Amino acid sequence: MNLELTVIGGVDKKGEVEPVERLDMKRGEIIGIVGPTGSGKSSLIGDIEQFAQGDTPSGRYILINGRTPGAETRSDPRKKLIAQLSQNMHFLADMTVDEFLKMHAKSRGKPASVAKDVVELANTLTGEPIHPDHHLTILSGGQSRALMTADIAVISDSPIVLIDEIENAGIKKREALDLLAGEGKIVVVVTHDPMLALMPSRRVVMRNGGMYRIIDTSKEERTVCEDLTRVDDWLMSLRETIRQGNVVEAAP
Amino acid sequence: MRLVVVAGTPGAGKTSVLMHTTRRLLQLGMKPAVVKIDCLWTEDDRRFERLGVPVIVGLSKDMCPDHFSIYNIDDMLAWAASQECDVLLNETAGLCLRCAPYPDSCLAVCVIDVTTGPNAPLKVGPLLTTADAAVVTKGDMVSQAEREVFRERILEVNPKCRIVEANGLSGKGSAELAELIRKGPETTAEMRLRHNPPLAICTLCTGELRVAKEHHRGVLRHLDGFMEYMGE
Ligand SMILES: Nc1nc2c(ncn2[C@@H]2O[C@H](COP(=O)(O)OP(=O)(O)OP(=O)(O)O)[C@@H](O)[C@H]2O)c(=O)[nH]1
Ligand SMILES: Nc1ncnc2c1ncn2[C@@H]1O[C@H](COP(=O)(O)OP(=O)(O)OP(=O)(O)O)[C@@H](O)[C@H]1O
Ligand SMILES: [Mg+2]
Ligand SMILES: [Mg+2]
Ligand SMILES: [Zn+2]
Repeated sequence: MNLELTVIGGVDKKGEVEPVERLDMKRGEIIGIVGPTGSGKSSLIGDIEQFAQGDTPSGRYILINGRTPGAETRSDPRKKLIAQLSQNMHFLADMTVDEFLKMHAKSRGKPASVAKDVVELANTLTGEPIHPDHHLTILSGGQSRALMTADIAVISDSPIVLIDEIENAGIKKREALDLLAGEGKIVVVVTHDPMLALMPSRRVVMRNGGMYRIIDTSKEERTVCEDLTRVDDWLMSLRETIRQGNVVEAAP
Repeated sequence: MRLVVVAGTPGAGKTSVLMHTTRRLLQLGMKPAVVKIDCLWTEDDRRFERLGVPVIVGLSKDMCPDHFSIYNIDDMLAWAASQECDVLLNETAGLCLRCAPYPDSCLAVCVIDVTTGPNAPLKVGPLLTTADAAVVTKGDMVSQAEREVFRERILEVNPKCRIVEANGLSGKGSAELAELIRKGPETTAEMRLRHNPPLAICTLCTGELRVAKEHHRGVLRHLDGFMEYMGE
């Protein structure tokens, strides 16, 4: 299926027209959203998630294949085009992991058997394993984040994926991103992390609530990104060593 | 005249959502009036006043706020008409989960807070099961998965209701709700309730203060569900 996602610009926090008037995204593209805290990154993906039609503070319009999406695609999870990993790190529902995942699978029209797969996948991202009988509310921030990520990858398998600050939970961020950004999807990644920001081919810079400009990742930036990946691998191995209670050695 | 009855547990976000919706209705050229029913105290009228729409408060004091709201609907509608308004937004107190103050020809809206957890839709009873629309608030505080599970739970108890994902802070969903109101039913002369309010008056209702069961008369229900009649 052909799929194109369009954001028609609205206004920033001051009510002034945002400099980027239109943003088009195609299948297979990963796009970054960067900007200072409070600059409107989460609000932008919030607009996309709810298919804003001039009814949010930004006044933006979201189009699918150039047209206003129908009411069903807006709200019925079975027909939902969008999967979203929001900034929230905790579950509030007081039920077990297994019960919850089965109910979520039902709402997305998936068999209950996928609950097991979600837990298995989540446990590849987090340190202390999650058990299906655990209550959701006792999971740590990192465990919740890992479970939300695996839940999106397995249950909410939608063609558009919105990811808000995946780096902030102490889970393996690159593995998590790989899981979410399957083949032929449109992936929008809000991030403060330089490596994640330089990985996509384009990034939107937010300022004062508005889309300020779009930067194409340059060749030089791509090289920087590769260097960052190596630094990140090193950081990750240090983190693991320290987490396991071992002593670190000097850089090779 | 159109009537919108907005019910939902205290703090669910009724006023917050209604304020955004009222702004939208004004943009659409409609003339909304607001009646807030509460038991003892409310400040909601001052919040609605900021929008420049006519607003009054009814306090039910020691009576069930839903019963109070029901038999005052005619008066509320007459008042709204006297203010030259064409839609009455009635925000209820939403304390009694056995009553549902929805007449047949109104738009019945149940506001429900997603942070109360996936079992909440099973607890609110006729307030939700007889509503036309369920407005789910505070979705900004939970994951998408939790919102979807909550939605599923609502549909379990009320399969036909229209679900509106709203946010009382950002105004999300208010355009959708305003559209439902615009297309909602006109009120009729002889309106009837959708759901029987409980009829029982117990000894406590008439002022008995002593706790022990022996002092109480009428139909009493035991903890195990057994019911018996005590009295003459
Ligand atoms: N995070 C979040 N907070 C909300 C949302 N909607 C309402 N609130 C907050 O919830 C609190 C209660 O909201 P009200 O709109 O006063 O609730 P109400 O149902 O009218 O309350 P009563 O009239 O007292 O029964 C306020 O502090 C609101 O700011 C929402 O969608 N998200
Ligand atoms: N275009 C806009 N018009 C009006 N208000 C806006 C706009 N964009 C964002 N805001 C408001 O600005 C505040 C901060 O926005 P948001 O949470 O999206 O920032 P953020 O970039 O995600 O920050 P963080 O990095 O801290 O997560 C919010 O209260 C939001 O409602
Ligand atoms: Mg944010
Ligand atoms: Mg209120
Ligand atoms: Zn009652």
